[in-house]
Amino acid sequence: MKTVFVTVGTTSFDELIESITSPETVQALTARGYERLVLQVGRGSLVPAADSCPHVTLEAYRFKDSIAEDIEQADLVISHAGAGSCLESLGAGKSLLVVVNDKLMNNHQLEMARQLHMDSHLLYCTCSTLSETLRAMDLSVLQPFFARTAQELCTFPR
Amino acid sequence: MAFLEGAVYAIGLMCLLFIIRLYYIVKTGSSSKPGAKGPVAVLVVAGSGGHTTEILRLMESLSAGYTPRHYVIAETDRMSEEKICSFESSKQNSDSESQFSICRIPRSREVLQSWSSSVLSTLHALRFSLPLVFRLRPDVVLCNGPGTCVPLCVAALLLGILGMKKVLIVYVESICRVQTLSLTGKILYPISDYFFVQWSSLRDKYPKSIFLGRIV
Repeated sequence: MKTVFVTVGTTSFDELIESITSPETVQALTARGYERLVLQVGRGSLVPAADSCPHVTLEAYRFKDSIAEDIEQADLVISHAGAGSCLESLGAGKSLLVVVNDKLMNNHQLEMARQLHMDSHLLYCTCSTLSETLRAMDLSVLQPFFARTAQELCTFPR
Repeated sequence: MAFLEGAVYAIGLMCLLFIIRLYYIVKTGSSSKPGAKGPVAVLVVAGSGGHTTEILRLMESLSAGYTPRHYVIAETDRMSEEKICSFESSKQNSDSESQFSICRIPRSREVLQSWSSSVLSTLHALRFSLPLVFRLRPDVVLCNGPGTCVPLCVAALLLGILGMKKVLIVYVESICRVQTLSLTGKILYPISDYFFVQWSSLRDKYPKSIFLGRIV
């Protein structure tokens, strides 16, 4: 089952949870063949019920010790701009769409997400452009972003 | 009067010697090659949250020759302690002789703490860092940005200045830093022996830095 995993880390980002479960966005997702939606909602006030979106299987939870398994099972990860979730998703080789919380200005973590977007490692949008982005996105343009391996590092300094 | 004058000269001379010695230690740092004579003792500065995650990813790359490993965490940080213990126990399976310890010092700076009070709390942390570093005498200090790095690196530098032991200071700037260095990075740039950045835009601004792409 094609799965989308949405993560907000330790923050709250109700606007993203609201946008992703809106009829318009859900339609964009099903049109792309996504059938399962897993939401990690953090400290947000919104925890959508399992039957709140027609045509998709929905699971929502606040926190888990590790989200690695949910990332592993996902075909697409939608994340806030947090460094941890971005690096973990890219490290797992997943397609990543970062949704920026434009109500949080001057967050230095945004700097990294923006650069990763410029280097074609992830897609980047806001809540208001989320459904449009999901409809129009081309995941094949994304480049992998892996860390150097231990062996490569150990050859330094020569 | 002559006594006062003499004292001023003496203090001035001592300062000059100190500066020359400091310059010498920083300049000759990279010629020091620990590990030629056996295992390398590492002092690993774990910050909190993201910093700890990054530094443990870096630790995964180190061979078993880096032992013992002394992790320094902020007094109030339970999360990092758990992460370190689970990382070390996963490592233990692969090599049986590995040793590690966890040391606690007061925080240098809480997130969003003001600059002036940061100076005071860093001095407070230095009081705990000095005895710790002088007791452990590591070969290498590895750090990646939390405020706690500053007093520990100052203590490590002092070991070198006093001629007791040359401690290599290796700094890896957080991958979150793309255009500007963190405050800790700016402070440690002149005194670190190897200074890594993970974005080319930073390497262009800081010529002494080493850029190998993403390493955490």
